[in-house]
Amino acid sequence: MKPQSNILVIAPLKPERTADLRDLLASMNFVPGKVNPVNALIPFEQFSQLHVARLVILDDKTLGDMETAYGVAAPSYPAYLAFLADFDGTADNFRADLVRLAKDGLNSIFSCCADFSPAMDLAQWMKAHDNPPATIYVNWAGRTVQQIREENALRLALENHLQENQDAFGSKSAGQAHSALCEFTRAEISAGRLTLTPPPATPVIWWMRNAADLIGVPLILLLLAPFLILYLPFFIFMLRSREKHDMEIAPRPDPADAEQLALIEDYDVTNQFTAMGSLKPGLFRRSTLVFSLWVLNYTTRHIYTRGQLARVPTIHFARWAFIDGKKRLLFASNYDSSLSTYMDDFINKAGFGLNLVFSNGIGYPTSRWLVLDGAKDEQKFKYFLRRHELPTNVWYKAYPGLTAFDLKRNTLIRQGIERANLSGAELQQWVALL
Amino acid sequence: MGCVVIKERILSAPVDFTDVQGLVRFGYGKMTEACYLLLKIRQPDAARAWLAKAPVTTAEESDPPPVTALQIAFTSQGLNALGVPDGVVAGFSPEFVSGMAGEKNRCRRLGDIGENAPTNWNWGRQDQMPHLMVMLFAAPGGLDGRLQWIRDSSWQSAFEEIACLPTSNLGGREQFGFIDGISQPVIDWKRNRTVPINGDQLIYGNVVSLGEFLLGYSNEYGRYTDRPLLAPTDKSAQILLDAEDAPGKKDLGKNGTYVVFRQLEQDVRGFWKYAKKQSEQGHGKGDEVAEKLLGRRLEDGSPLATLHSTAIEGVGATGRPAAREKDVRLNQFTFDADPNGTECPFGAHLRRGNPRNADIPGNPKGLISHFLALLGFGQKNIRADLTASVRFHRLLRRGREYGPGLAPDQRTVDAPPGDPERGLQFVALNSNIERQFEFVQNAWMMQTKFDGMTEESDPLLGNREAVEGCPFTDSFSIPQDNRARKRLMNMPQFITVRGGAYFFLPGIRALKYLIDAGS
Repeated sequence: MKPQSNILVIAPLKPERTADLRDLLASMNFVPGKVNPVNALIPFEQFSQLHVARLVILDDKTLGDMETAYGVAAPSYPAYLAFLADFDGTADNFRADLVRLAKDGLNSIFSCCADFSPAMDLAQWMKAHDNPPATIYVNWAGRTVQQIREENALRLALENHLQENQDAFGSKSAGQAHSALCEFTRAEISAGRLTLTPPPATPVIWWMRNAADLIGVPLILLLLAPFLILYLPFFIFMLRSREKHDMEIAPRPDPADAEQLALIEDYDVTNQFTAMGSLKPGLFRRSTLVFSLWVLNYTTRHIYTRGQLARVPTIHFARWAFIDGKKRLLFASNYDSSLSTYMDDFINKAGFGLNLVFSNGIGYPTSRWLVLDGAKDEQKFKYFLRRHELPTNVWYKAYPGLTAFDLKRNTLIRQGIERANLSGAELQQWVALL
Repeated sequence: MGCVVIKERILSAPVDFTDVQGLVRFGYGKMTEACYLLLKIRQPDAARAWLAKAPVTTAEESDPPPVTALQIAFTSQGLNALGVPDGVVAGFSPEFVSGMAGEKNRCRRLGDIGENAPTNWNWGRQDQMPHLMVMLFAAPGGLDGRLQWIRDSSWQSAFEEIACLPTSNLGGREQFGFIDGISQPVIDWKRNRTVPINGDQLIYGNVVSLGEFLLGYSNEYGRYTDRPLLAPTDKSAQILLDAEDAPGKKDLGKNGTYVVFRQLEQDVRGFWKYAKKQSEQGHGKGDEVAEKLLGRRLEDGSPLATLHSTAIEGVGATGRPAAREKDVRLNQFTFDADPNGTECPFGAHLRRGNPRNADIPGNPKGLISHFLALLGFGQKNIRADLTASVRFHRLLRRGREYGPGLAPDQRTVDAPPGDPERGLQFVALNSNIERQFEFVQNAWMMQTKFDGMTEESDPLLGNREAVEGCPFTDSFSIPQDNRARKRLMNMPQFITVRGGAYFFLPGIRALKYLIDAGS
């Protein structure tokens, strides 16, 4: 398989160029929230490996919460530009393609950043400004854009064929229908109307690193176990004493801000979400979050690699990245359905996971024991998220109209087509995918 | 961890029914005549005077029961027109303040685009926005007299009538011909319900916390839904009850709720012609196609899904024995035994409207399997966990039909010239518009991706508008046992939105406050 990678370029803006940058980014959209996939600056559609990408100005309006909650003067940060992309293959290859296909556009975008000049080596500059995520979630490890396109074409062809021959298929058992559709697929492939490219070989280096991580993380945990156990009582004491006093800052978002955010949502079946906030001050929260995200990343890397993150099946790509010396956290995700549905799903299905991470952020609804309550204060949690959300200036997804579940179903359909001897139960399950 | 079911029981005062408008508790079924007067305030003082003496029917039981009823609900524009301070109005839910047609994003989510777009509405669009709605109910023969009585000179100086939306009594059936109003949540009026805060409800039930339908009480999360809480120093607020969750505050929301009103025109002939054509093409005998679209049988309303042999909490639990028996026959079912949709299609209106599931699929037995389910393991069916926790998304429906009914033998006949409009005055009560009505309408009804499907929206409510990247959105899948699915194609739009708005249905004390606040 060809594993996915990602980039997150973050660079401070020249204050006097922020307005220009907003206009420049807006010019990449048909309307706010709807990108032009072949826009003049970054023609996203020409990147055959690109799944999702976004450009967003990181300007956190909640910095004052530090002072409100902890009486510590709010640090001042410049506004940043963030450029995020998730793609197949390596970051070096992607950056090379960016230089090849979008050099001028990126030069004019990055010229609004404080330490960029078009005379620099663009790829080098992006690499130097890359922020590796603390946790990255990929819905389906190794499923390429090409595979997504081919499998969707396969499904549509099969559905169409079924529809045109509905009477004939009405009398076919699951097994007979499967054979007929396999035969149809073979004929379509040899006629050149369908393609099902076999998965490429997994890069050896990636495989070795992955295996090392698979074994290494539990090994480190095992070695650390005695210390962690000794630390546990202190941890619990510090956690509980903080949880009892940490201030909630989750007022209802300003209606105008909320409308502004909603305006760019719900054009596609998938939506983007970008949010940022500051960690609660002190080493305790920082170390707790670093540890939590490290463990979480292990689960997304080795366990949740096939279509769902715990119980949530609607996320295509998501990431948590520290910025500013782990004083702030950026969260970005690509999810199916509307924001309120997404938040409901998270609260009801994975509230404990949200609490584990976000309760280390300033103002989060009060949690207990790191994983209890918090998000279960439904309205406050929703207010908190909306308040920390940033309007994403440009957002691209390579396969509009397809949800993560669509992609899974299409993959399962293809797997069934490529297997000759399915059992009776498997045949029934397979035919029900159509 | 979520596997530890923590039960919190909130012991509080019982509900004062004299402070609640009766519609929350009763459907006024015996009052078969009704109309909805959509009003603009002409003179605030005259309006206040009229409202102050309006005989608003409460939820208190009386013997003999009343033969007429009157209810009053306001839009946020209406509260502004009454002079309620902006800061107070801003404390209501954002959806209510902004309005059903108030934001483009909301229109996209609710499916109010294309034919359904607010610009095409008869009322409820920005320039045709009612300030308030007076709902009148009466026993047979009583409505006209009631209307005459209400439209006196003080009424004329107070209000301008935008519309008087009619209703009709089709003997318990809706316009397509199916039995209507079969399934309702049971409200926990006595406040006995315990909800798991960090845990999960493992079995589907039909009893829902009072706070889901009435503001000022705890909801399914064990929390109090946001509403305006006022300082007791506010003089006109002194009439209000205390907020249970915020000591020292007066609760303007208490005993009130939101009314979602949508006028839905039904193309009855179009629906039955389509069903007939699909039958002729071999997709089912007689009324089978229509029943697949609905999820219930035409004749007696019984579900296509198999009834449970064991009881479901809140089904068949109240009323006379005959009513209990009927409720069991109509509602003692979930879709647990129909994971492939071969009894009731996934996309059937009934299944979309309430997928009838608990917080975790498969009713895990024991802590370990519950814990594994929480982490996303152990589901054999790929759709098993796509929808969950319906208890957060329930609606109390109080709608009524309008326009003349169509006899069964007329349903597939071409419309004569001047065929009158017919449909449903959809009325739903809920205390969190976003999490209840908008969720159901968006995620379950309109989304073409509901429950793992694609290329189809609700067979009745769907607008069939294009979705980028999808070849079409007007199909309907009928899964078959051990066979490839059947699929109906080219389904037209059967229901069109003609108007709509979000209203606040205040408690009786809150109504007095709203009248006084701006004077």
